[in-house]
Amino acid sequence: MTGQVLTPPEPSVFGPVTRTDIVRYQGASGDMQPIHHDEEYARAAGFPTVFSVGMFQAGLLASWAADWLGPENVRRYRARFKEQVWPGDVLTCSGVVAREYEAHGEGRVDLDLVCTRQTGGVAVQAWATFVVPDVG
Amino acid sequence: MPNRGAVGKSGAELVMDVERGKIREFARATGSRNPAYLEDERPVVPPTFLTTQLIPQGGDADVMQLAAVDLQRGLHAEQEYIFHGPPPRAGARLTFSTTVTDMYEKQGRRGGAMTFVVMVTEFRDEAGRLVAEARNTVVETSPAAEAQP
Repeated sequence: MTGQVLTPPEPSVFGPVTRTDIVRYQGASGDMQPIHHDEEYARAAGFPTVFSVGMFQAGLLASWAADWLGPENVRRYRARFKEQVWPGDVLTCSGVVAREYEAHGEGRVDLDLVCTRQTGGVAVQAWATFVVPDVG
Repeated sequence: MPNRGAVGKSGAELVMDVERGKIREFARATGSRNPAYLEDERPVVPPTFLTTQLIPQGGDADVMQLAAVDLQRGLHAEQEYIFHGPPPRAGARLTFSTTVTDMYEKQGRRGGAMTFVVMVTEFRDEAGRLVAEARNTVVETSPAAEAQP
């Protein structure tokens, strides 16, 4: 890597989030926790309605990063769940390069990632490490 | 209350076949149209795909029961995946088991204790090589914290 600075692509915008999006994710992941799709169950638990699965928005954010730097190049992805996401929310995924360096003879990049709601509130904060091929 | 005696204990060893169709389904469900997932003959898994380890466990991770985490009060706080090389590809057969590695308390902002439980899953390939790790942190709030108006 010769001081080359990676430029992140445009943020991705997803939504408004529908109950169908949530159910599709639950089916794909195997997490069938009813609080995310059963209206009566969610209300009985004290919530106004169903809410999204944290791993769904964490997955959207991971997709943004992996679509940019290549799915085969990810080496670490760590997500912290902050605000809940509700049906109707519009989510924006973006990130910046925190560090470019070499490790194990490969070029690597650390990213600071964020998935925000339309309110500006942070739904997921994440950190990722990717190998950057051919520049190591 | 989570069971502190569970720290160091592991759940059953399970097997996960990484399937191409499941990778496509998961990629679409997480907003990716990347041909590397959708068209490749042997795609790698998306970064958070290994969460599908829940499927052979029947939906509720048995190690959560081991740690006595109340799924009604338990919230997912953090999730991390580490790959020791490129992520596993379709066709791989992974063996995995989950260990409760840590349990600690913090004071909640509204009073009441929050108990954090950390569970680490190690995924090995057919040669026994450690190919990926998942670190799952859940938090259970005490009833006192929720009794606030």
